[in-house]
Amino acid sequence: MTVEQIGSEGKDQFPIGMRVLAVDDDPTCLLLLGTLLRRCQYHVTTTSQAKTALKMLRENKNKFDLVISDVHMPDMDGFKLLEHVGLEMDLPVIMLSANGDTKLVMKGITHGACDYLLKPVRIEELQNIWQHVVRRKKKDRCNSGSKEKPHPDSGEAAGIGNVDNNGKLNKKRKDQNEDEDYERDENGHDNEDPSAQKKPRVVWSVELHRKFVAAVNQLGIDKAVPKKILELMNVEKLTRENVASHLQKFRLYLKRISCVANQQANMAAALGTADSAYLRMGSLNGLGNFHTLAGSDQLHNAAFRSFPPSGVLGRLNTPAGLGIRGLPSPGTIQLGHVQNSGNPTNDLSKLQSFVPGNHNTNILQGMPMSLELDRLQHNKSVGHIGELPTTDSTTVFPGSGNLVDARITGFSNNPLLGVTSNSLMLEGSSQQATSHTSVSAIGFQNGNALSDFTSIAPASNQLQDSKAGSQGQASPINCNAGQIIRSAPQEWNAPRKDAPYQSHASINSSIPINSAMIQLGQCLDRNNSIFHKTTDLDSVGPLNFVDPLSIKHGEGDNSIMEPSVIEKEGYLMFQPRPHGSHVPDNIGSLEDLASAMMKQADATVIL
Amino acid sequence: MWHGIDMCSLVYSFAFVPCACEHQGIVDDQFTQLRKLEDENSPHFVMEVASLFFEDCEKLINNMAIALEQKQGVDFKQIDECIHQLKGSSSSIGAMRVKNACIAFRSFSDGQNREGCLRCLQQLSHEYSLLKNKLQTLFRLEKQIVAAGGSIPRVH
Repeated sequence: MTVEQIGSEGKDQFPIGMRVLAVDDDPTCLLLLGTLLRRCQYHVTTTSQAKTALKMLRENKNKFDLVISDVHMPDMDGFKLLEHVGLEMDLPVIMLSANGDTKLVMKGITHGACDYLLKPVRIEELQNIWQHVVRRKKKDRCNSGSKEKPHPDSGEAAGIGNVDNNGKLNKKRKDQNEDEDYERDENGHDNEDPSAQKKPRVVWSVELHRKFVAAVNQLGIDKAVPKKILELMNVEKLTRENVASHLQKFRLYLKRISCVANQQANMAAALGTADSAYLRMGSLNGLGNFHTLAGSDQLHNAAFRSFPPSGVLGRLNTPAGLGIRGLPSPGTIQLGHVQNSGNPTNDLSKLQSFVPGNHNTNILQGMPMSLELDRLQHNKSVGHIGELPTTDSTTVFPGSGNLVDARITGFSNNPLLGVTSNSLMLEGSSQQATSHTSVSAIGFQNGNALSDFTSIAPASNQLQDSKAGSQGQASPINCNAGQIIRSAPQEWNAPRKDAPYQSHASINSSIPINSAMIQLGQCLDRNNSIFHKTTDLDSVGPLNFVDPLSIKHGEGDNSIMEPSVIEKEGYLMFQPRPHGSHVPDNIGSLEDLASAMMKQADATVIL
Repeated sequence: MWHGIDMCSLVYSFAFVPCACEHQGIVDDQFTQLRKLEDENSPHFVMEVASLFFEDCEKLINNMAIALEQKQGVDFKQIDECIHQLKGSSSSIGAMRVKNACIAFRSFSDGQNREGCLRCLQQLSHEYSLLKNKLQTLFRLEKQIVAAGGSIPRVH
């Protein structure tokens, strides 16, 4: 049994000894958080810098089991950190914030947080966070269809044995996976050591991911099933489960990117595009927005060519920002991934259906969450944060069809990141019978033909319709340059009963068409898309949060005296309400009181 | 005979201060939770957290004051961020009135109302001073108890 035992003495006593990394720029909160976590008997590491946290995580991916991070941090947005961690390390991340606004929580979900806690955090809440670690491990196992382990894993991050930098996996499980029938409980077989109940985690290195994307690209996003991908990748000791799980994340990431791109389209429009279609396109509100994209018109125009990266784009363009490292190999679109490696070696001639290898773990992380959102949309209820639909889920996409099968259209010769002069084209297709043609593929154009695009199929009705022969129509939508819309074709992720697979041929011509934009925003909330509201995904805008407590007037309470707020000419005054207790409201100084009591002590014996 | 400060009184006061504070809404239950975290292994936990908070709060209040003084234009976004942070830390320590002041402050900041913000800042400062005063009294009592050889009653 070679599962790494990262120096945790409490390994067998999980959740005791679970290794937590806590990140918060506020020293008060960080101290409190750390103390609370230690009280829960976790093994805690704290840092006030997100960058430091990332560094620690990257140094040794198996050093931690769980990450808790504040949302609002000066050196790096908490959501960005969340993305990074989810993508690169595949660790559960809990977000923490003083702001519990629904939009923010939703953003956490879409970015892949497995939970969202409000400050002040109580110890009771922290006592159960270990569940996220367990849940994730179970999900990984579920991906392959194997039976779940009846008992939770220990706190170790499961990795497949020793994964070296080349992504070669421990041979341990290879034999078993070769001809797996997907029903076998693989965990039970590969590890002779009975204590090794968890699979070692695969580290998706640059190289590995590149192969993955190449395989997916080759198969075509709609035909990319884990088994075939695995065959194409031809990596020793890589299991179908690993691939399946990675694929799932990938798809969600794509989907999420698409929403981001939508938003960027909005910004692009605001930046001066005269094309109203784009303006509408940019809005994620409601399906109606896609009406205007109808038609097969190529919406792209030179105006969209040179948007400077901003917001998400900017983020995508940063070295730190893009996707999975080692993503698409040259010739494929490597969003951000190029930057990660530090050299835009990846030729983005083809836009892989994968978003750049950001350090944004969010790419993968966000993807499952996107599914979650879809399901939320469908079910109209927030399910369990952290529960990601697996590939077996049939409710991944809401029947209302807001999901758009998305494909990322590739572009040639332009590293995704480097596409500052490129415009992100969202290709909409009006393939649907309804007017919900939408942006289909997002492609980068640098004047070059886009090859091998995966299109983002218009969601909504497409889901409901039988597959549209959506190949011909595309309305490219320009987002800010360089932005790659992440989108995951719905079909990839889970077979939906009511959404037949769309056969999107790899489009080797210029603008890919026939794609549906995953309207995550729509999924989230048609009327109030969080993506729509904020132009900068990285920022948490001011929220009009009004605490009802602050405007409470004269309400009686029995326990704690609460100050009643008197609004007087706009000036809020707090007045403590006398509670009938013997404590005078305006104790000038408690020392006075103390001395008063001491005088009493003179006369009487107290206590 | 009365020799200086009577231990009983000290202890009584020490127990009394937080209670009074809570009654006045200066602190809420979170503060109690904080005190519960104090034990033999971390006997000064509340004091440590409070010190951090004081530092933080004063810095933020100063920053906001400076921002509001800018003649060329108030950076409300910065103010908003300060408020947000202060709200987080004040709620973490259980400083309820400070937290509420932040919440009220936010609406003025959102409205980009400079005058309103100035008033809120004033209120915020006031609440903070009040809290600091009380807590420092508490800590002083604690020190006195310890110095006099007593032991600090713990919250359970």
